[in-house]
Amino acid sequence: MKNILLEIKTSVLALILLTLVVSGAYPLVVWALGEAMFPHKANGSLIVAKDGKALGSELLAQSFTSPKYFHPRPSAAGTGYDATSSGGTNLGPTSQKLMDSVKAAVAQYRAENGLQAGTLVPADAVTSSASGLDPHISVKNALLQTARVAKARNLSAEKVAALVEKYTDRRQLGIFGEDGVNVLKLNLAMDGIIDQ
Amino acid sequence: MNNLNSWMQLALFVGVLLLITKPLGLFLMRVLDARGRTFLDPVLRPLERLTYKICGIDPAREHNWKQYTAAMLIFSLVAMVTTYALLRLQAALPLNPQKLPAWPEHLAFNTAASFMTNTNWQSYSPEATASYFTNMVALAAHNFFSAAIGIAIAAAVVRGVARQTMSTIGNFWVDLVRLTYYLLLPVCVVFALFLISQGMIQNFKPYDTASLTEPYTTQVQKTDDKGNPVNDAAGKPVMIDQKVDTQTIAEGPMASQVAIKMLGTNGGGFTNANAAHPFENPTPLSNFIQMLSIFAIGSALTYYLGRMVKHQRHGWAVWAAMTFLFLAGVFVLWRAEAAGNPIMTQLGVDPADGNMEGKEVRFGIFNSALFTTITTDASCGAVNCMHDSLTPLGGLVPLFNIHLGEIVFGGVGSGLYGMFVFIVLTVFICGLMVGRTPEYLGKKIEPYDVKMASLVILILAWDILGFSAWASVSNWGPPDPVTHAVTNGTNNNGPHGFSEILYAFSSTTGNNGSAFAGLSANTPWYNTTLAVSMLIGRIAMIIPIMAMAGAFARKKIVAESVGTFPVTGPLFATLLVGVILLVGALNFFPALALGPILEHFLMLTGKLF
Repeated sequence: MKNILLEIKTSVLALILLTLVVSGAYPLVVWALGEAMFPHKANGSLIVAKDGKALGSELLAQSFTSPKYFHPRPSAAGTGYDATSSGGTNLGPTSQKLMDSVKAAVAQYRAENGLQAGTLVPADAVTSSASGLDPHISVKNALLQTARVAKARNLSAEKVAALVEKYTDRRQLGIFGEDGVNVLKLNLAMDGIIDQ
Repeated sequence: MNNLNSWMQLALFVGVLLLITKPLGLFLMRVLDARGRTFLDPVLRPLERLTYKICGIDPAREHNWKQYTAAMLIFSLVAMVTTYALLRLQAALPLNPQKLPAWPEHLAFNTAASFMTNTNWQSYSPEATASYFTNMVALAAHNFFSAAIGIAIAAAVVRGVARQTMSTIGNFWVDLVRLTYYLLLPVCVVFALFLISQGMIQNFKPYDTASLTEPYTTQVQKTDDKGNPVNDAAGKPVMIDQKVDTQTIAEGPMASQVAIKMLGTNGGGFTNANAAHPFENPTPLSNFIQMLSIFAIGSALTYYLGRMVKHQRHGWAVWAAMTFLFLAGVFVLWRAEAAGNPIMTQLGVDPADGNMEGKEVRFGIFNSALFTTITTDASCGAVNCMHDSLTPLGGLVPLFNIHLGEIVFGGVGSGLYGMFVFIVLTVFICGLMVGRTPEYLGKKIEPYDVKMASLVILILAWDILGFSAWASVSNWGPPDPVTHAVTNGTNNNGPHGFSEILYAFSSTTGNNGSAFAGLSANTPWYNTTLAVSMLIGRIAMIIPIMAMAGAFARKKIVAESVGTFPVTGPLFATLLVGVILLVGALNFFPALALGPILEHFLMLTGKLF
């Protein structure tokens, strides 16, 4: 019994001391180093307008629905693109609900972009991402939207395609991951808010 | 499957893992030796000495297996009770800019058990529930401690195998302190900084508000003055239009927590979407290093094992068996996801893209498949895609990985001590087949050892299958919002609904923490049963394994003879893999047939639920 009491005492002391180190000193050191070396990223990679207003984060998708903007992937985060409620649909491969929404999204995608019935639609355009905040769409998806955006803005398709190219994040170091087009940055660039 | 780039990423992953195994294993030799010296001594030695002094720890005194286990359990219990209290008191504690309220009892119990047991199952949505203080102090502290404890147990087991005619297997406090200070903390500082460089957040500011370029209108349920949702006379929710012109962006000290979340195979997300969230896994490179960090310590421990028992080729044989099982999982999962869903193809979705539901574009099919295999081979449980939306065979792989006991590199420490059980069984079965007394590294395997090993296997199966069966015939979910009828909480119908329940209790028993996240588990019944299954999955595994460690330490080492069954080389690795697969399949095939396997065939016929 005395041994157990002794171990409890050691446990409490060790818990306090180790917690001070791993929950106190450690996150503060990382925070200080982050602020010193990567302040933009450590604070959410925010895109700030000239008047100082935050317009979003480079890393987080926002809703865009009008023809003159590229559209992000469908989102299941909260009521859509909610950056305090990230998540996917969690619907499985035999879910009626999922297939109904995919069917509707395919029809809408074809109608919006003037695609013929039967045209295969890129999977990322009609499925929800894991986070609901996926900042990217596939290059294939972006190129299928290019004609619509160019028409709505009275721009040449080449000019819009060049912007798509510019805002495509290529495989990192030429190897890791997949290519993706950052939708928010691309749309803001077309509005002239960030560099064209 | 024919994507050259994906093959290169896989080769690179296995190559880098192989490269770090020896140096990290050698470093572990020093950290796990109470008198070991490391290059960090000038900075950390004084801190280590101070810790011993304040806590009254005598680093020269070793524990026998009972003392070691008791110290571990008492420390874990004290830490768990502390976390429970901190969660219940959240509203009164600092660093809570969003004014998040205190946690309900059952959720606080579930979460305290979850983080203490290295599970990190989360019944809650972190960015809407946990304050910065809660994340840092109540949760991330456990990420360090439960990882250190896992490695410590593995080290105690290895010492038991390596020593002879001794009763002691190390000092728990020394292992805990040294692993935290010399291994986890320094790696995490560097790792966290790397993660910030990739775009991960680390701050203490309130959530940001961004003005949307294109505001829109959405439908939300009406709430009354007190904030309660309003239903009409028929019980249906009253929906009203709400204009959305801003996006609230969750912030917080994420990088410091994610570093230990991955390195310690904890897996508890800072956000609900976990490592799929663009803040929590910003780039493919951050994804690669996070995957590597899950396996790093588990892989190094196989080297530590070989070194300690002075039989390095045995360590590599175990490594090879693990790698084989890992690659087998990757191939099945990758193939299933790349093949996509024929039902979607019929609707006009391009089959060349594979199954992108619940995946992120920057990771694509391959990196999602790789991450999913790794996180369930180990008991990590972080996810970079939504497992609930995997194809049936894609979802079978993580489920079966957990059923095998997560011994493929495994949770830090728990992977190796789980593998130890299978090694003993393999040696035992092979001994029976050739008619000789089974021995492992010169130690005779006796009835006591086999009883303890069998206990571990049985507890795993009972805990998973018993709770899953009970939940399947119960209604533990939240009431239906419209009809108010009780539900079982599943988000999907048909076999997939059963898979959600089976996955939940597999994940908690295996201390994994990933989920088929559609299950609405934040209810008193689910939270309580899941917490109990986590505690059983951790403590009831560790005790028999430590008893084996104690028994092994007391045994004499007898010299090898021509009749000794070799524990090196391809024959041993193959037999080990065979025993692991056989035990897993025998225990879990019937349950898997009712879930993912049935669903696979129904998907091929186009059946929807």
